[in-house]
Amino acid sequence: MSEFDASHRLFVSYIDKSRAYYLARGYGNPYRWARHEDAPFASLAKPLSTSRVALISTAALPADERSLREVYAAPTAPPPVALFTDHRSWHKTATHTRDVESFLPVRRLEELVAAGRIGGLSPRFYGVPTDYSQRRTVDEYAPAVRDLCRADAVDVALLVPL
Amino acid sequence: MSLVARYLESNGLPTVVMGSARDIVEQCGVPRFVFTDFPLGNPCGKPYDVPMQRAIVGIALDLLETARHPRTTVQTPFQWDTVGDWRTTYMQISARAGENEEST
Repeated sequence: MSEFDASHRLFVSYIDKSRAYYLARGYGNPYRWARHEDAPFASLAKPLSTSRVALISTAALPADERSLREVYAAPTAPPPVALFTDHRSWHKTATHTRDVESFLPVRRLEELVAAGRIGGLSPRFYGVPTDYSQRRTVDEYAPAVRDLCRADAVDVALLVPL
Repeated sequence: MSLVARYLESNGLPTVVMGSARDIVEQCGVPRFVFTDFPLGNPCGKPYDVPMQRAIVGIALDLLETARHPRTTVQTPFQWDTVGDWRTTYMQISARAGENEEST
């Protein structure tokens, strides 16, 4: 176990950090993060061993500007060798995103298909823009992703924000 | 992304969010969440660490089968390093008032 200052909370609060960061830069109107008291819950309709699994990412496609602003779908076979992530606020001095499997585990899921743990992998993965507008996310992007999942007969979804 | 998970789940599609921004995901409220206490960028395991990636994806699938209630969070057993500097270097504000370092 590492040395850790027990006067701070264990995990990083990105809500606190981003508020302090932007306040220090003169932005006095902090972002209001989505907050809900409840959450929906859907049970598995069938065993995972017969279910088709999809991946949903906040990364974009290389050399595809539309994928920065719109929901997209791209093939999982062959697995993507690189995705564009520079526009996203991940920790660029601490890590990197050169290994796609570290944020879009297509090959890991293929292995699980081969092992019989899951029934299959969706022929496409899906990308969602990260938007300050929660309304746009809920009213436009989320229904678009749902439609893509339905078109590909997806049974369960793994959402992997960077 | 958490809002998309909520929407899909409301439409009958079971979901798991795999991520490292615990407070943002949990405040939004999602059905199932696999939390890995890493710097943002590698929610499915360290780059090129295949066994770790396999384990984290496995935990996400297990959670789909075992969760009985929404807002179920599972934390994976991995730590980024033994130093922990990454916790303070993200969006770091310099000590001198008015000067900030871009570190994201």
